[in-house]
This record gives sequence, structure tokens and C-alpha cells, in this order.
Amino acid sequence: MSRDPSVDEQLETSMGKSMRKPYTPKMPATWWLRRRAYFLFIVREVTSVFVAIYCVILLVGLCRLKEGGDAFESFLVSLRSPFSIGFHVVALLFAGYHSITWFNLTPKAMVIRIGEEKVPPLLIAGSNYVAWLVLSAALIWIVLKG
Amino acid sequence: MTEKTITLEITRYHPEQDAEPTFQSYDVPYREDWVVLDAINWIKDNVDGTLSYRWSCRMGVCGSCGMMVNGTPKLSCAAFLRDYYPEKIRVEPLANFPVERDLVIVLDDFMAKLESVKPWIVRKEGEEKPLSEGEYRQTPAELAKYKQFSMCINCMLCYAACPVMGLEPDFLGPAALALGMRYNKDSRDQGREERQEVIASHEAIWQCTFVGECSVVCPKDVDPAGAIQQAKVDSTLDWYKALLPWSKSQ
Amino acid sequence: MAKSNEPIWWSLFSAGGVIAALLIPAFMLVTGLILPFVDSPDEIALRELAQHPIARLLLFLVISLPLFHWAHRFRFTVADLGLHGAKVLVAVLCYGSAIVGTVVTGYVVCTL
Repeated sequence: MSRDPSVDEQLETSMGKSMRKPYTPKMPATWWLRRRAYFLFIVREVTSVFVAIYCVILLVGLCRLKEGGDAFESFLVSLRSPFSIGFHVVALLFAGYHSITWFNLTPKAMVIRIGEEKVPPLLIAGSNYVAWLVLSAALIWIVLKG
Repeated sequence: MTEKTITLEITRYHPEQDAEPTFQSYDVPYREDWVVLDAINWIKDNVDGTLSYRWSCRMGVCGSCGMMVNGTPKLSCAAFLRDYYPEKIRVEPLANFPVERDLVIVLDDFMAKLESVKPWIVRKEGEEKPLSEGEYRQTPAELAKYKQFSMCINCMLCYAACPVMGLEPDFLGPAALALGMRYNKDSRDQGREERQEVIASHEAIWQCTFVGECSVVCPKDVDPAGAIQQAKVDSTLDWYKALLPWSKSQ
Repeated sequence: MAKSNEPIWWSLFSAGGVIAALLIPAFMLVTGLILPFVDSPDEIALRELAQHPIARLLLFLVISLPLFHWAHRFRFTVADLGLHGAKVLVAVLCYGSAIVGTVVTGYVVCTL
């Protein structure tokens, strides 16, 4: 319909019934398989599922650590299973993809201006990567030393 | 010497007789310097005068000729035949819009969404400067804050690229939100509070899931995705500030 | 159209996203791929490390915030992948699980 309904009315009365019949295509359920960018977007969103599952595993691990003794021992045994190792490898890949996409997108949301110039996006993303490296190294060192 | 040709497969839709769109193939002369719009114009002039489509400046500034070229939203005046030759080129109307006829889409909804963000300088009551006091002055730094978002030519390629647009018809969309940010960030404007009613609503920035394709297809590097994320940050800070006991009540 | 209350969920999503991006990969490596291969890990030392106040806070943040990050992302992805109805129910289930997870984590971390 045109924005002014009275125009449509005028057209109808002066020229007969309107022949307009706008066609609205339906979005297929597989829309995200049609373009590489859409597929990668869904992969990025799915990373959160692996992160959440890991958080639950970490929580359970903390509970077992708190109980100690046999409970913690059996937790370690299940961590050594091929299923657990496999899961952690896959989850680590997805988590890494989350980190990379997150750091690369941060400069878009966080624009820091100095006068007329923008802080270069590479600098913002870059400092995130550096923080990632430093914090990861620190964590690994602290836990393995203990 | 036989002339080189290239095949264009174009959507045809006649509302008065068709139940749904179909495709029609045309062989057009291939020229190194032709764009898809040139090919379509040649078809209309020489083969099939009934083919309907929008175009105007043919140089990428008016925003009229947006179409899907091999599944990607493009300005047909900016899509060179040589980038596709010798493969077939599929030309369809912009995705996520109702189709009026052939390559012409219905853009009333888009226009209404643009209007809804009040895309003009809003001055508070009593703060409009009379002409005698001269113009509103702005430093280059103040201009830089919104300039990128002001480059939009309303070509709607971003709406065609955005999957949320296809899934949620009420979504305000990239161009409208970037336009809202263009005015919110303009130092001469005082209308941010008014615009926030629309921009910070559920159908607006909060529907966006930062797919980012809008910015990828934008022919003017407006970066609507960036505009929306910045709007989310601003709106979130607003929201938390409103919780503080000493803030003005809404 | 009124201003939405999405900011609360979006800010939790963002905080969770930052924490997940910076720390989760290292945590996954340590607990999932290094710890299992350590010969008889020192359980007492590990527990003492986890009981340090900074460690308790860190563990709380590393578990609870990414759960909110997941909740927000998952809520929208479910709609993207075809489930368009039951929007309120999906939101309640997602944020609800994150809230439950946060409460449980808070309890565990305080009573380590």
C-alpha cells in the first residue's frame, strides 16, 4: 500500500481495482547455510554453548575438590577419559574462536576519539590479544606451580 | 568476429498474473566497462521493455539501484560484468523486502522506520537560535564524531544483508539506527532523549545480534554495525545511570 | 515503543564475553588438558590455591559471567535457528539457568 491510503482509494475509484499484490518471500530455516558469513556467525554464537558446558564442568570439579579424597579422584579419572579429552579439545577450539572474534569486534563497540582521530582499531584489538596472552600465561604458571 | 555475450538470469514478477516470481534469461553483449545496470538498461531498450527496476545516478550516490547480484546485495551500477564473466549472473530484487514487480521492492516500511528516529536537528524548547545570531558552529573534532554515519545514501543493501531483518520484520534495521546515531552524536542536536524512546526499544538496537554483514555490504562505509554497538553501549550506560538514586526520574 | 530493559542482560553478556575471551581458553587448557596428565596432582595444594580469596572471586566470575554470556547469546540463537514463538519462556529458561548457576557457584566458592 502507498503511505497515504487515500491515494490508493483515489486510484481504485478512478482506475478500477488496484492490481498490486506485493510478494513477500519466506526466509528458509536453512538461511544460515547459504552464505559463509552467516555460517560463521552461527558458529560464533554456538561457541557460547561449549563455554557454558565447560563452566558447569569447572563448577562440578570445584565441588569434587571441596569434597576431596575419592570424589576428587574419580573426577580426575573421568577427566582422563577419551570422551573428556575430546570434548576439551573441541571446546578449546570453539573458545579460541570466541576470543578471536570478540577481540576483533571490540574496536567497533569501543570507539575512543582523541580530537579528530580515532584510536586505531588494531591497537584496541591488539591490546586485548596481549592481555589474553599475559593472563593465560599467568594462570597456567600459577596453577602448575602450586 | 562474434560478439562476446554474458547471460543474466533476472527475477520477473507480474502481480496481475503471477502467483510468485520466476526467472527469465537474457543474453546481453559483454563489454569490459559495463556494470550490471548497463546490461539491464540494454535489455530494457533492446529486448524487453516490460522489465521494471529502479535506477538514477548510475554512479553510486543516489542509492536507487540496489539488487541481489548472485545472492549478494549490491548497487547494480557498481557491479562490473567483468567480475562475473563468463559465468551467468543472477539478478534478484533486494532480499527482506516485499516485491512489487520484477526488481522493484516495496520500501514504505523502510521509509517509516527512517522517519521514526527523527532524522533532523532537534533543539530543546527555547534553545533555537534566531537567524540573526548566526549558524551553529562545530569544530572538526565534533564533526568527526558523526560524519561517518552521515554518509548513508539509503540504498537498503544493509537491510538485504541483515538476517535479523528477514527473521524479525519489526526490527528497525541498520540504516535507521545509524541515522539515529548520526543525529545523537551531532553537537548541534539536543534530541537524544526523544530518539532514545525509539532507538533503545526492543525492536531497535536490542534485536541486533552483531552479525556485521550490514557494514560489509555498505557501499559508503557507514559501518551501521559499529553505530548500533556504540548505541548499545550508550543506552546501557544510560540505563545504569538511571538506577542511581540521585539521577533525574524519567 | 518504550525503552527496553535489555541493558541488564546485555551488560552481563558483555562482561561474560570479556571474561570468557580472556580466561576460559587458559582454564580449559589447565583443567581439561594439562591436569589429567599430571601424575598424582597435589589435591591439598590445589584446594589451598582455590581457597585464596582472590581465587574464590576469580572462580566465581569465570563461572557465573560466561553463563550469562551463554544465556543471552543462546536466547537469540534459538530464535535465529527457527524457534520464533515462546520468546518469554526461552528467555526465562536461559537467564533462569544462569541465575541458578550463579547462586550455586556463589555457594560453592564461599564454602570451599
